[in-house]
Amino acid sequence: MATPENKLAFDGGWEYDPAPEGVEHIRAKKRYGLYIGGKFVAAEKGRTFDTINPATEEKLARVAQASELDVDKAVKAARKAYTGPWGRMKASERGKYIFRIARIMQERAREFAAIESLDGGKPIRESRDVDVPLAAAHFFYYAGWADKLEYAFPGRKAKSLGVAGQVIPWNFPLLMAAWKLAPALACGNTAVLKPAETTPLTALKLAEVIADADLPPGVVNIITGAGDTGAAIVNHPGVDKVAFTGSTGVGRIIQKALAGTNKKYTLELGGKAANIIFADAAIDQAVEGIVNGIFFNQGHVCCAGSRLFVQEAVAEEVIQKLKDRMETLIVGDPLDKNTDIGAINSSMQLEKIQSYLEIGQQEGGTMHQSSCSVPETGYWCRPTIFTGVSQSNRVVQEEIFGPVLAIQTFRTFDEALSKANNTPYGLSGGVWTDKGAKIFKMTQSVRAGVVWANTFNKFDPSSPFGGYKESGVGREGGLHGLDAYVKLGV
Amino acid sequence: MAAADKAKQRLAVAKTYKIYIDGKFPRTESGRYFTLEDGKGTVIANICRSSRKDFRNSVVAARKAQRAWANASAYLRGQILYRIAEMLEGRSEQFVAELVLQGNTQRHAQKEVEASIDRLIYYAGWADKYQQVFSAVNPVASSHFNFSVLEPMGVISIIAPDDSGLIGIVSNIAPAMVGGNTCVVLASEQQPLCAVSFAEVLHASDVPAGVVNILTGLRSELTEQFASHMDVNAIAFCDGSRKVAATVQDLAADNIKRVISRRRMDWLSDQTANPYLIRDTQEVKTTWHPIGT
Repeated sequence: MATPENKLAFDGGWEYDPAPEGVEHIRAKKRYGLYIGGKFVAAEKGRTFDTINPATEEKLARVAQASELDVDKAVKAARKAYTGPWGRMKASERGKYIFRIARIMQERAREFAAIESLDGGKPIRESRDVDVPLAAAHFFYYAGWADKLEYAFPGRKAKSLGVAGQVIPWNFPLLMAAWKLAPALACGNTAVLKPAETTPLTALKLAEVIADADLPPGVVNIITGAGDTGAAIVNHPGVDKVAFTGSTGVGRIIQKALAGTNKKYTLELGGKAANIIFADAAIDQAVEGIVNGIFFNQGHVCCAGSRLFVQEAVAEEVIQKLKDRMETLIVGDPLDKNTDIGAINSSMQLEKIQSYLEIGQQEGGTMHQSSCSVPETGYWCRPTIFTGVSQSNRVVQEEIFGPVLAIQTFRTFDEALSKANNTPYGLSGGVWTDKGAKIFKMTQSVRAGVVWANTFNKFDPSSPFGGYKESGVGREGGLHGLDAYVKLGV
Repeated sequence: MAAADKAKQRLAVAKTYKIYIDGKFPRTESGRYFTLEDGKGTVIANICRSSRKDFRNSVVAARKAQRAWANASAYLRGQILYRIAEMLEGRSEQFVAELVLQGNTQRHAQKEVEASIDRLIYYAGWADKYQQVFSAVNPVASSHFNFSVLEPMGVISIIAPDDSGLIGIVSNIAPAMVGGNTCVVLASEQQPLCAVSFAEVLHASDVPAGVVNILTGLRSELTEQFASHMDVNAIAFCDGSRKVAATVQDLAADNIKRVISRRRMDWLSDQTANPYLIRDTQEVKTTWHPIGT
């Protein structure tokens, strides 16, 4: 991998030996039913679909495909639990159940991490160090809120909503389940959750944890299926609240579908974050931030720093250092602890990314990819950057959801700001400079819900996350994330 | 009245009720009007029947004014709201008279004007406080300083309650503007007079041009525009059938507009004045910075 021209050679000229995470310890079944009313049951119509390992294209398990009938069953089970044990339980006791979920997840963290990487393609280093610990931490954080809601809303009394219908994406399967379930349960609601069809396994494992934690049947129901299953949840009249994370296109359909109902909703949608590098930034750190911003989780991140703006004076240096750093990135086996970039989540997503690579070049952009090798089977995309692109290019405007970065330059603060805000999205942003005053001016001016200054892609259960403009409605995480699951009365 | 008597009497000067866009009082660009009549069918005034173009012009003005208004200090925004209350107090007789003219009792009109003045004072006082109540420093596990603050959503379209001439519009404009938003407001169709006079009060209160824009017109004609415009960040609407509510949310979804439903609220009651109305038009922004050397 190291070439004479390459200034960075992390391997010192030696090949990395494979360092795969063992999977013999995981307890995964070959078939999964729907988790409804505290039991795994087959789908009413008996339909199933396969979930595959995107790194090998091998089938991992066969899971049930929920129809409207199953959704109805799940919603009824959730309602029964809401009007029954869960709704009547003391808030402090509800909290203890949620704490229990967190503790069991911590105990089984290794297993969850391995399954997450198998099913979704993300590097084990990320599932082990980010997804799983954060998911457990999320339950632990919200567990404590259960009996303290009166302190969260001054002058108001927070009441639960009822049954929450939750639909989550494939990029952070377990973590998104935690983001949805933990606050819903803490606020006294019950839930019907649907993981994405390409990554159902960790949510189904979570159902086992919930069963082990002895939650009353029906408090959490986890059902698998594709878009029509999600639509059935959203449209079910017994659902009081809809929480969705996914694309802006689907979010818009959901917001329209809920028009005229009294259902509360939160939407975490797409993004096209600007990562802005000023000439006075610590350049090496900024380059690490760019890499983390766009290549973390193969770029399958709604808040990815997919638009880079570099101040002209340092543009050449930053781009060269970025290219050098890209050469060191290892693309391959998600289970290998040395892997930086794992498999693209599905063949469909790979096709979408590849179409953008063509579009970017057709539009006149200059594409550069690292020279790394990729495995022969599975879905892979080398880390990619585009230079010579302009604001109107589709690779600059549209969310690609892959390891593809569009790079532009700027001269002045105002130019960087107006370019950064020239997007219908507003989920996140990044600013790199050593000057404090400039940090505050930029972080206040970027129209986005999360802004990282001299860092990027950091998450924490206590930190609210969510977008401005077409990146969504509402916040998840932190004190502000409670809002989504309560109604306020006097 | 005998012709001789009429010749001796001074003729009252009637006011032309116009709309308020970008700190100016134009007539609707469409040249259209509708008549406001009292209970006996006597024409009180010709009211501008604003067009979609008037609405679009208002959004342009509101967008242009928004950043500077948001960047004005909370102290200044509070003082400007207080100033509006001062101006309204000074002209309260006119507002009472207009409310009576539109069918309210003297007693109710008096109460409504007083409540409107007090409501402005209430929100003026929140200007430099809601941020402290709703912000947070978040104890993240990693070595970062992390905080969440409120920021204005931007441009808000407001369909003011139809059944109130003054308190309804005041109760919806105040919490939006005190938080640094700018707005375009559709006045009550049944009682539009006070909305126009309130624009004159705003105009005399150091409110920058474009921060509040007030249109009169037909709900049936403008509601969809208020809901669908792609450069409006949120819509607050205060009445309308369930069907109207459905249409509003359906159209609002085109740009994932925030939909704030404030139907069936008793605006005269103090219960409807609280900082959660300010928060309705605020976004939460979270900022991270590493702690290190």
